[in-house]
Amino acid sequence: MNERAKRILAPILLLAALLAAWELAVRLAGVPGYILPPPSRIAATFVVRFPMIWGHTVVTLAEIALGLLLGSAAGFLLAVAIVYAPVLEWALHPLIVASQMIPVFAIAPLLIVWLGYGLWPKVVVAALIGFFPIVVNGIDGLRSANAETVDLFRSLGASRWQIFVKLRLPGSLPSLFSGWKVGATLSVVGATIGEWIGARRGLGFLMLQSNALLRVDVVFAAILALALVGLLLFGAVRIIERWALRWRRTSAS
Amino acid sequence: MAWLTLAFRAKTGRTEVLSDLSFSLADGSWTTCLGPSGCGKTTLLRVLAGLLEPDDGTIRLRGRETRQTEAMAYLPQEETLLPWRRALGNAVLAAEVLRHPRADALREARALFERFGLANAEELYPRELSGGMRQRVAVIRTYLAHREILLLDEPLGALDPLTRTTLQEWLLDVWRELGKTVLLVTHDVEEALLLSDRVLVLSPRPARVRCAIEAELPRPRSRAEPAFVSQKEELLRLLTEEAE
Repeated sequence: MNERAKRILAPILLLAALLAAWELAVRLAGVPGYILPPPSRIAATFVVRFPMIWGHTVVTLAEIALGLLLGSAAGFLLAVAIVYAPVLEWALHPLIVASQMIPVFAIAPLLIVWLGYGLWPKVVVAALIGFFPIVVNGIDGLRSANAETVDLFRSLGASRWQIFVKLRLPGSLPSLFSGWKVGATLSVVGATIGEWIGARRGLGFLMLQSNALLRVDVVFAAILALALVGLLLFGAVRIIERWALRWRRTSAS
Repeated sequence: MAWLTLAFRAKTGRTEVLSDLSFSLADGSWTTCLGPSGCGKTTLLRVLAGLLEPDDGTIRLRGRETRQTEAMAYLPQEETLLPWRRALGNAVLAAEVLRHPRADALREARALFERFGLANAEELYPRELSGGMRQRVAVIRTYLAHREILLLDEPLGALDPLTRTTLQEWLLDVWRELGKTVLLVTHDVEEALLLSDRVLVLSPRPARVRCAIEAELPRPRSRAEPAFVSQKEELLRLLTEEAE
């Protein structure tokens, strides 16, 4: 078997084995469906209730996408500001770190008071969680330009803008993308938490509601949908990354 | 003809690195500063490239005091190609920063790639090029800044001996064809003698010009020629004498 086939098959086989073990254990032990449904039941629910699940997925996806966009933009701008004005780093660093120490659960109810039950509190929670890795990686990336190359630009009388656009920005992309991948994953968590606090739609809302109704199969179907959304986002960032960093993939001769 | 003259002292931090250093460059000539490691050669180039302010002194271009940066194209010692740009894109970087017309720069770069052994490298990324090829691209980038003087800081320092020899001939080829004034900095005695019209021997820190040696042998020079060997020995003697 070649390398590529192994890489595709290995996770599939592992997942299949785990699901089979789960199915078997639940059936043999006679666990009731409202405690832990077997995977076959979850799959069936996912298919049968798909239109309903899809409706909630679209809402959550919109929250995540907007949150990620907002968090990335804010994170990136903050990273640029910090790199160009070190005093900002001293001023902001404790605040940025503190913002990550405060549990999102503590802020989310306030956001609902301020922004209502709609889309925006979830977007803000997703953005708050997602922006941190982008700031941190953005700062590292923007600072990674080597000093001699900066000297080269300065010896040509390059403006700060030219140095930024032609050197620092493209040089920051590898770490910026690392941050973005982490941020994309975290913003899925953020949006779900936002929905748990208060929502009328969305996968987080669906989970909570189904849990109260002892429809554990629907809870799992919602988790499955959320996982797929996460994978989709991660994959999308990966694809953009591979395109933007295509110079890294070329083989050294 | 004294075309560029300079005289200055410079400190980095509190140590004096260059002390009353003065020399001049003739139009279209190749001058090499030869000195022991850490003697301040790089500092000299950084002052000329406008990256360091000398504490006092002047730089004159054709008799007129000048803002040094505008006449010099600097090639730093370390690898400075941008890994995300293809070879051709890297070659026009300096021209681009200086806002020269892009189409002209690209056309010229293509012609130079063709002429100077990079014909098939245009679309390759730096990591796909050998060390020698990368330095060729960097030298072409420096040339395309279209400034009067090229400042080369040990451009062949990181290469293996074989590539180094090839590149020395290549540099000479480029210089003869393109007719720029070159100021090279190196600690390699043979390289200095092979390439230059004039070799300036620098003293250890703080650097002064210890003496200037005219390298008058016709090019291409052979390392085995008796005159070459005796000049090389003289230079080595001067350098080791200073070290004491």
